[in-house]
Amino acid sequence: MTYGATSAVDGLSLTVERAAVTAVLGPNGAGKTTTLETCEGYRRPQSGTVRVLGLDPQAQRRDLLPRIGVMLQNGGAWSGVRAEEMLRHIASLHAHPLPVPMLVERLGLGSCGRTPYRRLSGGQQQRLALAMAVVGRPELLFVDEPTAGMDPQARRTTWELLEELRRDGVTIVLTTHYMDEAERLADQVHVIDHGRLIASGSPFELTRGTGSSTIRLVVTEPFPASAPADLQVTLGPGTDVRAVSEHSLLITGPADASTLAKVSAWCDANGVLPESLTLGQRTLEDVFLQLTGRELVP
Amino acid sequence: MTTFTPRPGAAPLPRMVLAQARMETRLLLRNGEQLLLAVVVPLIVLVGGITAARHFDLSFSHSAVDTLTPGVLALAVMSTSFTSLAIATGFERRYGVLKRLGSSPLPRSGLLAGKVGALLVVELLQAVLICAAAVVLHWSPTLTVPGVLGALVTALLGTAAFASLGLFVAGALRAEATLAAANLIYLLLLAGGAVVFPADSYGRASGVLSWLPSAALGSGLRTALIEGAFPGAPLLVLVAWTVVGTALTARTFRWE
Repeated sequence: MTYGATSAVDGLSLTVERAAVTAVLGPNGAGKTTTLETCEGYRRPQSGTVRVLGLDPQAQRRDLLPRIGVMLQNGGAWSGVRAEEMLRHIASLHAHPLPVPMLVERLGLGSCGRTPYRRLSGGQQQRLALAMAVVGRPELLFVDEPTAGMDPQARRTTWELLEELRRDGVTIVLTTHYMDEAERLADQVHVIDHGRLIASGSPFELTRGTGSSTIRLVVTEPFPASAPADLQVTLGPGTDVRAVSEHSLLITGPADASTLAKVSAWCDANGVLPESLTLGQRTLEDVFLQLTGRELVP
Repeated sequence: MTTFTPRPGAAPLPRMVLAQARMETRLLLRNGEQLLLAVVVPLIVLVGGITAARHFDLSFSHSAVDTLTPGVLALAVMSTSFTSLAIATGFERRYGVLKRLGSSPLPRSGLLAGKVGALLVVELLQAVLICAAAVVLHWSPTLTVPGVLGALVTALLGTAAFASLGLFVAGALRAEATLAAANLIYLLLLAGGAVVFPADSYGRASGVLSWLPSAALGSGLRTALIEGAFPGAPLLVLVAWTVVGTALTARTFRWE
């Protein structure tokens, strides 16, 4: 997919398991929304093929649309329409919709059911958009950044609903740039950056990689540019050293006493003053950093 | 069966179209400014026109209310099928409503049918109110079968012509520009488009003016309701504008 001279999604190849949650993970501008909108039939790919439930989203749009649910990133309702009225309207376009009062209650929209869309908060608009996506009982659900800008309470409600949908057999494809969201919800994660697939696997597979532990070293003075390579040589194979910023390094590998001893000896030898040295489990965030050399959420 | 077990499917098309038409009607009626344009302005023109005719001693071949009411009905059709539709559709594009409905089971033809249904319901309400006011002002239209039939066909073709042009404006411009353009064009046509007053009352410009959709709509309704005859040429003009408007819309309309 290209927009003018910019290639948004390029040579991306991925498949989605039925009745599972697939997360498409990547930073802003990675091509997540473009990928989703191509599956939803909004955009025609310049090259390559897309099949959704075995159907061509362009040529077989009318057969596909009743079977999928789409949650757009923003908008999607008249400014003067009341929240519950909008949901009822979308429900009326489907043959066997879910009961609207149940969805309203589950997503905590009861208090704003009669509020015009334009006066809903961002989080309420998001929850309404999710309700609109699931009310038609789809077998495949596309959700674009479902919890962006939500408060923690609303995020939990949303996650619980998505988990229940999956349990009941709905296939879910979600985009996110939140690692915790992907780790909690996804069976399969596809990491994309600059429109290309850079890693795929379950959150467990992705985080195991070269070892499941990490050491995060934060220092008081900026490192010299050669520091990551230098430390890598000191620690030897079996570890991976990445610069997070000029004050911070991420070391992936066995976080054992010998590695820690080597790190502190290296600090001492190079006159580096550690501000903190944190041990942790490797997260998808670390995976992303390792794959791209950049942090997911700057 | 568990709560969310998939059971997808589109509602039958007639039910979807009906739902869409009801939704759009409710939204049109909820919009205060549009109601002003749809009912209050035509009524002011009607009462104002009759008062002016009395004060300035304008003479028509029929009474002032008989001469003006068909044109005022034409104005009502224009305000809804052109201005209201353009503005509503412009903002639907802006707020992603068209995009959202584009991924629902409702096909585009169904969306269009729903919109037309809403326009016809609102126009019917406008017609009832305006005719009631006109009757109070001693309106006595010439009611014949070809005349009434002609008025209905003229109103339908006028709706088609102005709706296609309204969608063209809404699909090509940004929402705010659509708001401004749709109101401006409506005001210009009200003042100089031979809607309420026949084209021949505009002197030398009358030849050109009668090609306007506004003049054709007005003159069609005047022929039907004053002379009780089935209009001819104005209907052809309206068909031509519908063809032009539809072609322009089909070429330029952007859903997002």
